[in-house]
Amino acid sequence: MKKKRNSTFVNNLITYLIVIVAFVAVTLLQNAGMISRSLKGQLVPICVYIVMAVSLNLVVGISGELSLGHAGFMSVGAFAGAIFCMATKDGIADPTVRLILGMLAGGVFAGIMGVIVGVPVLRLQGDYLAIVTLAFGEIIRNVLNCVYVSTDAGQLYFGFNNPSLPGKLIVNGPQGAQGLSRISTFTMGFCLIIFTLIVVLNLINSRSGRAMMALRDNRIAAESVGISVTKYKLMAFVTSAVLAGMAGTLFGMNFSTFTASKFKFDTSILVLVFVVLGGIGNIRGSVIAAALLTILPELLRSFNDYRMLVYAVVLIVVMLATNSERSKQWLAVIKSRLSREEKGEAER
Amino acid sequence: MTERERTTMVPFPSDAIIPERDLGTRPVLDARHLGVEFGGLKAVDDFNMIIGRTEIAGLIGPNGAGKTTIFNLITKVYQPTTGTILIDGKDTAGMNTIQVNKAGIARTFQNIRLFNKMSVEDNVKIGLHNRMRYGMGTGILRLPNYWKKEKLMHEKALELLSIFDMQDLADTTAGSLPYGAQRRLEIVRALATSPKLLLLDEPAAGMNPSETAELMENILKIRDTFQIAIMLIEHDMKLVMGICEGIAVLNYGSIIAKGTPEQIQSNPAVIEAYLGKKKEAEV
Repeated sequence: MKKKRNSTFVNNLITYLIVIVAFVAVTLLQNAGMISRSLKGQLVPICVYIVMAVSLNLVVGISGELSLGHAGFMSVGAFAGAIFCMATKDGIADPTVRLILGMLAGGVFAGIMGVIVGVPVLRLQGDYLAIVTLAFGEIIRNVLNCVYVSTDAGQLYFGFNNPSLPGKLIVNGPQGAQGLSRISTFTMGFCLIIFTLIVVLNLINSRSGRAMMALRDNRIAAESVGISVTKYKLMAFVTSAVLAGMAGTLFGMNFSTFTASKFKFDTSILVLVFVVLGGIGNIRGSVIAAALLTILPELLRSFNDYRMLVYAVVLIVVMLATNSERSKQWLAVIKSRLSREEKGEAER
Repeated sequence: MTERERTTMVPFPSDAIIPERDLGTRPVLDARHLGVEFGGLKAVDDFNMIIGRTEIAGLIGPNGAGKTTIFNLITKVYQPTTGTILIDGKDTAGMNTIQVNKAGIARTFQNIRLFNKMSVEDNVKIGLHNRMRYGMGTGILRLPNYWKKEKLMHEKALELLSIFDMQDLADTTAGSLPYGAQRRLEIVRALATSPKLLLLDEPAAGMNPSETAELMENILKIRDTFQIAIMLIEHDMKLVMGICEGIAVLNYGSIIAKGTPEQIQSNPAVIEAYLGKKKEAEV
């Protein structure tokens, strides 16, 4: 047992270390001016997608439910956070504090949305759940397209399909949130990643996380030992929604303007691709996959027209390589050989 | 009959498996006129059974007789169409599987249902889920209560695993255990919920004679150390006749015989159900 507790501990530690080392390295490179402008622009989105992937992995990998509406929660968080940050612009001078509070607001609203969606949706399983979450994501986007919010003398005004509001418009229907101050920073993104990792990894290695995994592995057996299905499915779903909401705020405040169409079905699928490629249930995998696959299209810029083609081919190759029986065997052989060599060296 | 009268009632000798042992005490399981229909087909009809606090009861019968269905009715995987089930005197009407487990019934499955991707120890810890509790926030923030409870859970899990000498397998993934060990782990997981009645669905299936003999010893050991009742479905007659104090025989969803192992072995209705009717010429 001692060994096992240590191995989960070491595994988690490696995950944290990878993130910290990457952050330090990128910061140093940035200070040295060795990072291209296009990549610099990608730094915050990379953080956002890592958080999105890790939080989706909690639902898909740990709780075992396929959710296709993750971008929906992200958009709720983005708008809620943006409105909060704009409304308190004069009240809270420090942008970092404002962003943190904005992320909390985004997380809370996304969480509430998670409960509203989760309670009915989690009665379904498998494909049905996937379809309903997909529909939910689209509903959110279409609703947000009709929302108008303005601020006037510290007062917020809301309108649905009605742009004639007093004061300055923050959210202008289909044109989205506008006039934002870009307060998201790479450092804040890094902090959010660490926060997400702490929440998710600690949750997984606790009583609640075990219950989630038990439900994933065998629902009937889990019920027979007294595990509440609704409670733990909802817990995973809502936690994931809160984290997605916080990521959404970070994402939104990285632009001076953004629209609801940024959080399309494509975004949900993109995050799901990160999760699947990183390994379902593998948190470290999600982090790495999200980072690499967000950078990849930028790196492939020199291929220009063939960029998306190469991207697709890479996805397919990785998918095949990680899922086919033969390549798994091949990897196992390499692994055993490596460990044997290590052992041999140790003996010598 | 009021609820109170029912809970303090002395079991009818005709319903109890071994009436003389449990007269005067509240039975752990009291199933009356239990029945279930699937689209007009009566899978179980008028099933009556009372199990005493520390009894080992056997439920046997030919394939398709409805034995597992009885287990599924008791644990509310299916809601019974007719009849009542009292667990330790408490009516289970309207309860679901989870509440029945909390009321004191744990089970194993005919086709093993473990949490395959989790470690052996975690499987047992899942069984401890409702006995050692701490909240989600405590788990995320790693508050002192988390370490305390996790330590307790770890010790308890190893203690339970030691019943079957499985402490050394604690870190193994449950899905990669050999078949016999998986069956044993299922029993440990069920025991972890501290049940009053343990339902074992074919615990000896796929085990060789020496493993079965060991299992018999262990079932007796479990009964004696935990002081619980055990009800088992089994086709291995050596096991059933060896450890069960009372046996009920089921055929086509109805009980055709009840009694001690000796009574069952010589019961003509049981012999007929298993082997068919004797030919006229042979009589």
